[in-house]
Amino acid sequence: MSLCIGVPREIFPGEKRVATVPEVVEKLIKLGFKVAIESGAGEHANFSDDTYRAAGAEVVADAPTLWATSDIVFKVRAPSDEEVALLREGGALISFVWPAQHPDLMQKLAAKKATVLAIDCLPRLLSRAQKMDALTSMNGISGYRAVIEAANAFGRFFNGQMTAAGKVPPAKVFIAGAGVAGLAAIGTAANLGAIVRANDTRAEVADQVKSLGGEFVKVDYEEDGSGGGGYAKVMSEGFQQAQREMYAKQAREVDIIITTALIPGKPAPKLITAEMVQSMKPGSVIVDMAGEQGGNCELTEPGKAVVKHGVTIIGYTDLPSRLAKQASTAYANNLLRLTEELCKSKDGQINVNMEDDAIRGLTVIKEGAITWPAPPLKQPAPPPAAKPAAEAPVVAKKAQGHGHGGSSEAMPAGKAAVFFGIGAILFWLVGAFAPEAFLGHFTVFVLACFVGYMVVWNVKPALHTPLMSVTNAVSSIIAIGALVQIAPPLSGGGDRPDDLIRWLALGAIVLSTINMFGGFAVTRRMLEMFRK
Amino acid sequence: MSASLATVSYLGATILFILCLGGLSNQETARRGNLYGIIGMTIAVLATVFGPRVVAGGLPWIIGAMVVGGAVGLYAARVVKMTQMPELVALMHSMVGLAACLVGFASYIDTSIAYTGAEKAIHEIEIYVGILIGAVTFSGSVIAFGKLSGKIGGKPVLLPGRHFLNLAGLLIVIYFGREFLHAGTIAQGMTPLIVMTIISLLFGVHMVMAIGGADMPVVVSMLNSYSGWAAAATGFMLSNDLLIVTGALVGSSGAILSYIMCNAMNRNFLSVIAGGFGSDGGAPAPAASSSVQPAGEVVAVSATETADLLREAKNVIIVPGYGMAVAQAQHTVYEITEYLREKGVNVRFGIHPVAGRMPGHMNVLLAEAKVPYDIVFEMDELNEDFPETDVAMVIGANDIVNPAAQEDPASPIAGMPVLEVWKAKTSIVMKRSMASGYAGVDNPLFYKDNNRMLFGDAKKMLEEVFVALKAAE
Repeated sequence: MSLCIGVPREIFPGEKRVATVPEVVEKLIKLGFKVAIESGAGEHANFSDDTYRAAGAEVVADAPTLWATSDIVFKVRAPSDEEVALLREGGALISFVWPAQHPDLMQKLAAKKATVLAIDCLPRLLSRAQKMDALTSMNGISGYRAVIEAANAFGRFFNGQMTAAGKVPPAKVFIAGAGVAGLAAIGTAANLGAIVRANDTRAEVADQVKSLGGEFVKVDYEEDGSGGGGYAKVMSEGFQQAQREMYAKQAREVDIIITTALIPGKPAPKLITAEMVQSMKPGSVIVDMAGEQGGNCELTEPGKAVVKHGVTIIGYTDLPSRLAKQASTAYANNLLRLTEELCKSKDGQINVNMEDDAIRGLTVIKEGAITWPAPPLKQPAPPPAAKPAAEAPVVAKKAQGHGHGGSSEAMPAGKAAVFFGIGAILFWLVGAFAPEAFLGHFTVFVLACFVGYMVVWNVKPALHTPLMSVTNAVSSIIAIGALVQIAPPLSGGGDRPDDLIRWLALGAIVLSTINMFGGFAVTRRMLEMFRK
Repeated sequence: MSASLATVSYLGATILFILCLGGLSNQETARRGNLYGIIGMTIAVLATVFGPRVVAGGLPWIIGAMVVGGAVGLYAARVVKMTQMPELVALMHSMVGLAACLVGFASYIDTSIAYTGAEKAIHEIEIYVGILIGAVTFSGSVIAFGKLSGKIGGKPVLLPGRHFLNLAGLLIVIYFGREFLHAGTIAQGMTPLIVMTIISLLFGVHMVMAIGGADMPVVVSMLNSYSGWAAAATGFMLSNDLLIVTGALVGSSGAILSYIMCNAMNRNFLSVIAGGFGSDGGAPAPAASSSVQPAGEVVAVSATETADLLREAKNVIIVPGYGMAVAQAQHTVYEITEYLREKGVNVRFGIHPVAGRMPGHMNVLLAEAKVPYDIVFEMDELNEDFPETDVAMVIGANDIVNPAAQEDPASPIAGMPVLEVWKAKTSIVMKRSMASGYAGVDNPLFYKDNNRMLFGDAKKMLEEVFVALKAAE
């Protein structure tokens, strides 16, 4: 008996998103579930009932019927009281819940003996949880939409242009907070051609800002604001003072400010004061993405766009919903991934496995028992001390380089002394015992080794294979040794076994000429292939 | 031709050989370098044949032998596939080794030049050492050829107490060396010489059998070096400076290549030659790496998704490995490269020094597929560019892109320089399966969030990718 997933229409005023889309419905059905949709649920996100029906969902006319027949309900916004009343006794609900902000809601849901998975409670640090991270996908969409809203309210181009009608300077955009939303906003604004600056109390995001085409503005104060779990924390008074000065300076210079600063469980920090707004150029725009938590700007009116001191201040709290189709698709996919985790056997049943870190974090109520907040994750112990040690030899190796300057590495003095000592003894031995004729050859040999050493270091690594085949061909010079044995002018040594020597030498000549011709020919063939 | 003229010709040949190696310092002068080599060799051979040490009666023999050898050589050079280059090179080394042995024996039984006293002893030592090096080169190269061509399994074959076996062999060789020097007549000396040759042959076989597939670049370049030393030893034996110089050039060239290869694997030469990855450290490799188990999960993609990623990328770096050579996928790689470059994508290749089975192996394969060499880069040249790269595509490589080398000090490959593909926005690894690489180390790259796996035969998958790329137009 497979479970039925129900998706009601969102009833929150202005909410246009829907918790699943036709494309995902198909995949849910493949997992073995039945899917029911309230008629008109996808209307505002441009998904008609017919497309859901075509994907295999059952379209239910009204909300009470849908809630009554669904084993699992997918929603976007946290359920209202009426919706909680509709929820089946012992049913399951997956949606945004914000348990910290809604304690009564939690009680009511628990009273229904429900199982509730709050998508906002996902342990985001868990890398395999990222595919279900709806906060990230919604924030990314908000960041994009914030720039679009700003561009809409702003009276000029974003990109600098030189037109026949005169020069247009590029818009300057300042983004406060480089989290997921902030980074999305940086990328979007930079792509529109604006000059983008950004700031975050967490110094480690500077590289991410730069990678998206933004400039990272530092606060002139030493303190790192990583509050663990990738979120920011409340900063010290000294830092806040320095930060205010920096914001005041930016406010005077830029055309658009987008603020995304949020601290979990606390009201949004007031970054932009009324004076800063006053100091901005007329026609400037502020998009305050923290509107729902009170706003980062003192003059923000949550949910509205207002003009104060000639500056448009946008405090919309429904940015994702303003990109309803995109947001619904992303959210539906996040829920699909979550469903896959819940239903590993693909048989249309769910298993809320509290041993699984991701599921444990998500589950805020299990069969009527409140399980929120989840215990903190066991962090995989990082090996901090070992890492620099591992990097050091890599750097040392790099310094040696390949193909160039192999002789430049400095040997430790002791090692060098031993090296030269052994060399000296060897040379002394040779000098003491070897006859003169040998020494002549020995000199040539040692010098040739050095010449070879110098020459070969200059060979490009790309040509190492041709180098091997050509040296191979050259080493067939050994044929000379055979050639002089095959028919030497006879000099008295009467008992020379001519025939045997001749056959040996002939064999050597054949072998080495194979090498000689083959080696040069194949080198030539290879080198012909190297072309620009 | 007089003796002086012959000597001057040898000098000319020596200079040409040095210029030949020097010419290989870059692609533009490389062809001329090869030509210098050919001219040098021609001069050397002609000067010898028409020189004072060969009488006219020997000419027919010499010409006959050279025609046969030359024909075989040219034929082999023409038909060899570029993926078979390592085998061919190994086979050629074996011929130099065998030739050195033959010349050594011929020189020993040749009584036309009589030596006395210390000169005689030195001459005999030269013969002994020359044959020893020649025999090791010969048998080692034959085994290397067998391994590279797949006729012998690539796994290291480790005999129990192999280090003692080698040591015993060395002692026996030294003992018979003494016997050999004390031998009064050629017939008496022959026994120790033959015993030594057999031991050397066995030593060569044993040494290369103990070395596994991915260490082959070191072995091939080491044998290259040996073939040079064999030629140099022959030069001493025959008092011929040309042979000594040329042998030394080749020998040092091979030694440098071995050194570079060892550096690129962060292993020392002795441990490679001693054979068996990680077998010297006592603990087996997997146990050592278990301290950090890769976390996360493997995300597989299809050829179509790969094509989508490539199409949307601005910067692509392709990292080829031995898998590309095995699958003969270089031509398909080129087609994809060409297509993407036409679309304005900046495609480059990143080559690790030990990618493949021979130094520079990947470069030759890409050159064969007509990939222009100015988009093929060494590891050090583009390793810093990965953060700006949209897609890094790894084709049939594993250990050379393993982040454990930098991140996990306990890993058997810790400290080995690697291509930092995981720093790219997305990396795609083409592989047949999840099997670990030669070093037996699990690759944390596969579990990174920005990594995708494209499973299957490299050539087949790349063809599908190419079809998908074109289909989207």
